[in-house]
Amino acid sequence: MTLASEVLRRTPLYALHLELGGKMVPFAGYEMPVQYPAGILKEHLHTREKAGLFDVSHMGQAFLAGDTSALEKLTPADVAGLKEGMQRYGLLLTEAGTIKDDFMFSRLKGEADLYLVVNAATKEGDFAYIGEKLKDVAALTLRPDRALLALQGPLAAAVLERHCPGICELTFMKVVRTAVAGAPAIVGRTGYTGEDGFEISVDGGDAERVARALLAESEVLPIGLGARDSLRLEAGLCLYGHDMDETRDPAEANLLWSIGKRRKEAKDFPGAARTLGGAPAIKRVGIRPQGRAPAREGAGIAAKDGRIIGKVTSGGFGPSLNAPIAMGTVENAFAADGTPVDLLVRGKAMPAVISPMPFFPHRYRR
Amino acid sequence: MSEVRYTDQHEWIRLDGDEATVGITKYAAESLGDVVFVELPAAGKSVSAGGEAAVVESVKAASDIYAPAGGTVTAANTALEKEPSKVNEDPEGAGWFFKMTLADKTEFAKLMDSAAYAKFVETL
Repeated sequence: MTLASEVLRRTPLYALHLELGGKMVPFAGYEMPVQYPAGILKEHLHTREKAGLFDVSHMGQAFLAGDTSALEKLTPADVAGLKEGMQRYGLLLTEAGTIKDDFMFSRLKGEADLYLVVNAATKEGDFAYIGEKLKDVAALTLRPDRALLALQGPLAAAVLERHCPGICELTFMKVVRTAVAGAPAIVGRTGYTGEDGFEISVDGGDAERVARALLAESEVLPIGLGARDSLRLEAGLCLYGHDMDETRDPAEANLLWSIGKRRKEAKDFPGAARTLGGAPAIKRVGIRPQGRAPAREGAGIAAKDGRIIGKVTSGGFGPSLNAPIAMGTVENAFAADGTPVDLLVRGKAMPAVISPMPFFPHRYRR
Repeated sequence: MSEVRYTDQHEWIRLDGDEATVGITKYAAESLGDVVFVELPAAGKSVSAGGEAAVVESVKAASDIYAPAGGTVTAANTALEKEPSKVNEDPEGAGWFFKMTLADKTEFAKLMDSAAYAKFVETL
């Protein structure tokens, strides 16, 4: 007997992943490619050098209609002030003001509705929460029929221009309704790699054709979840459920920049008193191990006197840096860049230094 | 004349006279993916059959390497510290991990030969 909850879902690109030799693994309830035959290292470096295509169709897409500014009840981001044709990063907060998820929201030109993209692992809970909290003033329409592709890397714009003439003009965090390879699409100049690039939302039925058109370009390789993780870690970008979760508020997660200026002044979001009430007890930081050994999620972080002051929340190897990198939370007194610490790996204390992020410079086209 | 044996944890061990060389199989290297770090045992370390002897880290995760048989480590392949990718390029040659003397050669004889290991891998 198989329980329904154990059945893994597939994106519209599942057959293409198999055809491309993708090594499929369970992720957020989906069967997703962790890597293709090139391997994580080459996929990572290729994305930084040329362009990589990612299937992120497992992420949750939805439209919010009605009083969209009411979303400010659930996020400290400036929603009301978002101009047409722009998108923004926001945190979805619990009633207590801790982080329920992070998400992107867009205001498309000439459209009243907000377009939302949330994380795959949390999408059911997020959408139920938003729908319930805003039920009297706004309505959420889920769009599981849509696929989402990310084309990332320094050559992404040149490649996409061939299939979407004029898209080069779009700058970072702008979004437009257009067509890609003839398919109606919502294209935003954004991503999760630190590189220039685009996220392309299309109908599930068009996804394979669009993906094949992009993969047919000589600059483009398919990229799996493994390289997606190492790319975002080098870029200093948070992974929900690891680098932040419902036990952390935006200050602890070091994401105060995502709070709108007007919102900071008005202090009108859940947990505003807590989040804006001075230095947090703990804080998310970047960490550079001084040796070659990566420290993985869960590794303890100790002060030089041996006292445990935090733990690694994401850790691995940065292929573009050819060195191990990590993120973690530490007591605020140890959060300053340059603070020496030890990472506890396999019972040994390995020297490391609190370091600024991103580890690899962002190359957005502003 | 050297003989090679294999464990169900995907280590290989090659016995040349009194000294044995240990590494991970091609199957293991392919499963791990790109190796980015190895932690090798120091010469003189005594290891037991099935006990942790080394660590290999790929971009994805860390994995323990177990000693196929008990004995004493005599040398480590320190070239891997600079070039861990040798484990992927030549896992059963230049990508060896360490050399050791065996406390009990019957432990070696009990391990799978290449035909048995090939059959084992087919079942995975």
